[in-house]
Amino acid sequence: MLRIISTRLAQGLLTLLLASIIIFSATEILPGDVAEAILGQSRTEEALAALREEMGLNRPAIVRYFDWLGGMVQGDLGTSLATKRPVADMIENRMWNTLRLALLAAAISVPLSVALGLWSAMRAGGRVDKTLAMTTLALIAVPEFFIGLILMKVFAVELRWFSATANTRPYFDFSENFRALALPVATLSFAVLAHMMRMTRSSVINIFTSPYMEMAALKGLPKRRLVVRHALPNALSPILTVIALNLSYMVSGVIIVETIFGVPGLTRLLVDGVTLRDIPLIQACAMIFGAVYILLNLLADILSIMANPRLRYPK
Amino acid sequence: MSETSDTVVPRASVFAGLRLTWTAMIAGSILLFWLVLALFGPWIAPHGEAEIISGQTFAPLGEGGLLGTDKLGRDVLSRLIYGVRTTLLLALVTTVVSFAFGVTLGFAAAILKGWFDIVVSRIVEAFMAFPSTLLALVIIGAFGTSITVLVLTVGLVLSTSVFRVSRALGYDIGVMDFVEAARARGEGTWWILTREILPNCMAPLIAEFGLRFTFSILFLSGLSFLGLGIQEPAADWGLMVQENVGGLFLGSSAALIPAACIASLTVSMNLLVDWFQQRQQGETVLEKIDQ
Repeated sequence: MLRIISTRLAQGLLTLLLASIIIFSATEILPGDVAEAILGQSRTEEALAALREEMGLNRPAIVRYFDWLGGMVQGDLGTSLATKRPVADMIENRMWNTLRLALLAAAISVPLSVALGLWSAMRAGGRVDKTLAMTTLALIAVPEFFIGLILMKVFAVELRWFSATANTRPYFDFSENFRALALPVATLSFAVLAHMMRMTRSSVINIFTSPYMEMAALKGLPKRRLVVRHALPNALSPILTVIALNLSYMVSGVIIVETIFGVPGLTRLLVDGVTLRDIPLIQACAMIFGAVYILLNLLADILSIMANPRLRYPK
Repeated sequence: MSETSDTVVPRASVFAGLRLTWTAMIAGSILLFWLVLALFGPWIAPHGEAEIISGQTFAPLGEGGLLGTDKLGRDVLSRLIYGVRTTLLLALVTTVVSFAFGVTLGFAAAILKGWFDIVVSRIVEAFMAFPSTLLALVIIGAFGTSITVLVLTVGLVLSTSVFRVSRALGYDIGVMDFVEAARARGEGTWWILTREILPNCMAPLIAEFGLRFTFSILFLSGLSFLGLGIQEPAADWGLMVQENVGGLFLGSSAALIPAACIASLTVSMNLLVDWFQQRQQGETVLEKIDQ
């Protein structure tokens, strides 16, 4: 088991390395360069050359890549072009806002969607299943900002139950925090709920229709034991994968939610960076999101291997 | 495979043959409605695309225009009608780009096999190991926002899944007996590809096209909503939402209407693709995505 997990870890590291190459080459191999972006329209050839010299842009791309990667590993995320501050400082106080939003949304949507998916799978073909299937099919195609704006219109503008801005203050008590965070968390949960529920349903149905389940049912085992002892252990690893996969949807959801509700978070920083074409900031944010995403996928795999003995022996 | 359309089908049974369900009919009518508006928009719209018709900004429904005015006093209805053109056309071009990349490389990998397949598949996997929104943001951040960059970026991001689908299809069908027979007859690669493999891939590829089309509408409108997509004064539904969010607190629905229109478009498209797939193979669209 240890060997498989360490192989998987190495694979994750390799993926991260590939991601860093993609990010670096997408932002650096360009007709213009960072120096041109800084100086903008008012550039002269001398100023351009001087700045390139100062920033070390004259070195070959491969040297700069390893320099950048080395900095990343040591926690040096570079300096923002727009604010001239270290990127690490800018990210530090915003990370918590995004993390809190994502964790709360995951805490709500993961159990809810797994429960609904299981319910739907157990009643496959029935009325509950069909209703849920139709609802989620529609919900998947609805843009996140539509859900966010509807919730905002109804609960913040008309009913005034919750706050429309998710800007929390350190001195806020629980109810104030709840008022501020309810709508963004709800929007984000909606954005991933439908996908996760449908994927859970299909992976559980896959197991329900396998021969060993039929055998167990024919033995006359009660339905509860059938689900808990026979189906669930095998369903666990696809469900874990489903959860990890949906974190990808969570990323795009977080970006939209932070924009709608004015959350001063990491994705907002990334979008601002993209608007201002602040390359070091974009690179750092993208690497953080990429690393978190790859790490969570890795975690799901390792947990699956631990949950399901069959995965411990490679085919 | 030979042609199957040599029998004459009476007109009445064309619709019966489609086995339209209620949801498919409603979804189809909504799409048709938007398509007609996109084609004849400029003749239907009461005002110009960026024409300011009223001094009153965020006018409520019925005042100024039928659907009110936006943050600059422009007619929401007119911008909506012009916007459907931008939204649909851009999504269509993007999807075509993703198919041009994805299908070409996918079939090439399935037919050439060997190192070409390995290299391309690994690159695609590396791209997929990374949230697609993030990838698009990085590229747009580097190249700036223009329609060309937008179409190519989103097209590239979407093409990874098209590649996987077409590669799998190419592999599956490439080993079937009728392809073997064609090879044994001495047909060339191009002939086998266009006459044997492609016709047998049409149904899943059409479904994939529908899904990618929905996805590119969502993706592009999301980017426009962030201010990174279509730029003013052009009318685009995602952009209209972004422009008018502030009006939400003034009781204006100028942001909600385009958002609802995008939802109507994407939900209808998704339901239609689902119907198409169920008709084809009794499998729902999401079970397809979920795999």
